[in-house]
Parts: sequence; structure tokens; C-alpha cells
Amino acid sequence: MGILDKHQVLEKNVTLLAIFAFLVVTVGGIVQIAPLFWLENTIEKVEGMRPYTPLELAGRDVYVREGCYVCHSQMIRPMRDEVERYGHYSLAAESQYDHPFQWGSKRTGPDLARVGARYSDEWHVDHLTNPQSVVPESVMPKYGFFSKRMIDGKYIEDVMKTHRFVGVPYTDEMIENGQADFAAQADPDADYDGLLERYGDNVNVRNFDGQPGVSEMDAMIAYLQVLGTMVDFETFQPAPSR
Amino acid sequence: MAKQPEKKDEVETTGHSWDGIEEYNNPLPKWWVWVFYICIIWAIGYSIAYPAWPGIKSATAGVLGWSTRANVAEEIETFAAKNQAINAELASVELASINENETLKAYAISAGEATFNTWCAQCHQRNGAGVKGAGYPTLSDDAWLWGGTMEEIHYTVAHGIRNEDDDDARYSEMPAFGRDELLEPEEIASVVNFVMTLSGETPNDASGVEDGKVLFEDNCASCHGEDGKGDRAQGAPNLTDAIWLYGGDYDTIMETVTNSRFGVMPPWSAEASPAGRLEEWQIRAVATYVHQLGGGE
Repeated sequence: MGILDKHQVLEKNVTLLAIFAFLVVTVGGIVQIAPLFWLENTIEKVEGMRPYTPLELAGRDVYVREGCYVCHSQMIRPMRDEVERYGHYSLAAESQYDHPFQWGSKRTGPDLARVGARYSDEWHVDHLTNPQSVVPESVMPKYGFFSKRMIDGKYIEDVMKTHRFVGVPYTDEMIENGQADFAAQADPDADYDGLLERYGDNVNVRNFDGQPGVSEMDAMIAYLQVLGTMVDFETFQPAPSR
Repeated sequence: MAKQPEKKDEVETTGHSWDGIEEYNNPLPKWWVWVFYICIIWAIGYSIAYPAWPGIKSATAGVLGWSTRANVAEEIETFAAKNQAINAELASVELASINENETLKAYAISAGEATFNTWCAQCHQRNGAGVKGAGYPTLSDDAWLWGGTMEEIHYTVAHGIRNEDDDDARYSEMPAFGRDELLEPEEIASVVNFVMTLSGETPNDASGVEDGKVLFEDNCASCHGEDGKGDRAQGAPNLTDAIWLYGGDYDTIMETVTNSRFGVMPPWSAEASPAGRLEEWQIRAVATYVHQLGGGE
């Protein structure tokens, strides 16, 4: 009786087959997934990464709601053409506070991983309102209604708590001041010292859409303008062998 | 009962029978079995050659030492090395002489186009077409706000316009005659009507033109000139050429005079740009490219 004949025992008993199939898949899963939790080079430690501010987080929610990820990736691959067009290739750490990540898998439009600080706020308003006005060949839909949808960050503290639940290091202080920080970031005349104290100096405080009040346009542009700008590549050199 | 296919060699059946149907227990084809074993052996070799097996702190690196990051760095290095000589030449020669050296000029235009399409075309459009009415100037005509020589274009690209990042940025600010109450609304209307006549348009209200001319000479001529032909040293547009950055109809000029305009262009030089984006040879390449789009002086 060869080994193939012994295998018949499994093939002819559906319960045994299920148990052993599960064991094989478990081994595969452990080998593939589990090491990612302790391997030091899965997410390299980089300076500058911070959780999104409340306004950026709200903009990110709009980004997800509108399905921007369907046409725009946020993942610059380590290839010369991408690095020369979009900037430094993406690091795992740069999406460590993204839940879920926005890497995407389809580029109808350009990659947005480093779109932050690349265009002016005014350009973003023009472009989101009527993309074809600045990029004639674009097939992007118009999002002018962002300007009309005023938001007050009523639920932003709950959103932050949810993000903390899945691992984003929001402090109690950040969450308590969520709604205040939300409003402060879009109003350069407000007192935004607390916002900078909590999130660091690399926070854009501006009236992003140039209109009074906080609209989804403000939130969206605040989010876009911070993408890919947190890590300073002048001081940080990623290990070349990873 | 269906006829059983004839088998030359006797093959055992699997032993079970449903409604008289039995199943031969044929062995797998030999070629398939061999491909299967070869795949397993190949996978073992592959996992030795390339990064594969996870350990406690890190994964095996593979004996070939393959790494995407090292590869992309090496590839960029290779191309940088290939272009290094001509880039150095481009960055060091006299600006005006770039157009006299055919090889250098061809390279600069080609490199400049690639750079332009990556960094500039979002506002100025491909081929420098500009966006009419949105304040993104056309670069392919011969109307220049700040000058169209190689030197002037180079300066504009390097330092930008009205930005806060570069102290050497080109700067001028038209007063907001309405918002800051420098002129009465009726006076502004007169000036606008006069300005429309400068480029041969029919004014909204011809009766205001005479007053407008006087007001223009008192308030606008110091920058735009008595004849309205503008002053490049101050970035004051020529108002007589029917080429408009924001629009030449009555309402748009009214808006311009009332609230003024403040178009901003970022600086691109490595020293001034927050991200240190373009190197000197790239700025020169862009300047050469823009210069030959149609309006270079």
C-alpha cells in the first residue's frame, strides 16, 4: 500500500478532508501573514508621520465616499518612471494611519500619493469644480457641490475614536478637541496654537477654498494638501535593501 | 446498458459503482506529473535566489541580492550618469548661447518638454496653451507679462511670481480700487469703459470714456503706461493687445479693477522651492522649451 493509497483515506472521508485542508491553509497563512506582525522591515520607522488632523480626516472620508480610489491610486511603486513623475516611492509607514489604506489598483487619473503641496489651493478649487477647465483631456467628474456642502465636524470625534480603536494613536486630548481643531484648521484668524501643539508644525492652516465657513471643499483640499508631505526625504534615507 | 470503452491494458476501477457506472482509476499522465515535480523544484530554487522566507527579525534576502529599491536607485543613477555631462553643460553655459548650440538646444527642448508636462502643464496646459479666463497665462504667444527672453523666462521659472517662498519672486500688486475704496463705483465704470476702447472693444457706455481716460492717466498710467501698453518691469499687462489673462468683457474688467488680481506662481529653483523640485539644468531646459513655443524674444 503506497502513499497514494493512504491518501485515499482523506479523499474518501469528507470530514477528515476538511480538517486536513484547513491545517494546510493554516500553515500557508501563518507563513505568509504572521511574520508581518514582527518583522522589523515590514514598516520602517520614519520621522514625521502623524495621524490626520480632524479636518484632513473629514476630507479623507469624502475621498472614500466619492470613490476617488477607484480612479486614483496612492502608491508610487519603486520604478524609475513613477519616481521621476510622482516623487519618492511610497513607504509602508506613509499609510500606517490609513484605515482602510487608499493604495488603489487602478489609475484612470494620476497617482495622488504625493499630490500634497504640489498645486495651489486655488488650483484645487478650480480643478475639483470643473476638472476640464484646467485639464481639458480629463474625464474626471465635477465636484463643485463640495463647496455648497457645509460641515461642522459634529461627528468627527466619534470618527477619531473609531480610528483609535483600530490603532491610530489619537490621544484623549486630540479627541476632546476634535471639533475645535476641525474648525481652527480652516480659519487662519482663529486660535490654532492648540492644533499645532497636538499635531506638530506640519499642519496647513488656511482657508482652503477661500470661502467663508467650512465646506467639504475645505476638508478635501486639506486632505489632498497633506498627502505624501509628512516624511521629509531630505533628512530621511530609506534603507536601500528593503 | 452503455457499451464499455475497450481498454488494452487492464486498469483497475476505483471500486465503487452507481447504477452500474464504474470509474477507471487511471494514473495521471506522465508529462503532467513531471511538470508538477519540476515546478516544486523550481519554487525551491526561486526561494533561495530571491527574498522569500520570513524569520524572526527579517526575511531571507536571497542569494542574488535582489531588491526593488536598490534596482530603482541604480536605474536612476544609470540615467543620471548618462546625462551628467550634457546636464552640467546646460547648467553652466550662458543662457543665451543655449539656442546657438544645436545639440544642446535639442536636448534642452526635449528635457524641458518632459519637465514642463510633469510640473507646469497642470496650469499652463500642454504646449503652454494656458487657460483662458482663469489666470493661467498662455506661453505660446508673444504677449509676455514679465518678459520673453531666455533670461526673463529663466528668472520667472526659478523664482516664481508673488509667492511667499522666494524673496526674489517677481512681485507687483494692483490696488483693489473698489474694495479699498480708492475710486467710486461710477469712476471705476468709466475707467473700465475707457480700458475697453484701448483694445478696440465697444465700451458698455461710451459716455464714460472721456472721464475714464482722465482717471486712467491719474490712477493706472504709472504702471500700465499713458498709452496702456503696460510695463514688463512691473508685470503690468499690455491693455491694448486684446489678450486677456482673466477676460476682456465689461464684467470681468470691472471685477479686476474693483478687487484686483493676485495670480501666484511657485518658485522652482532648488533653493527656493519648499520641495527643492527642479535643478538648474531642468529650469534652463524648461526656459528653452517655453522660449521656442512661439513667443520667445
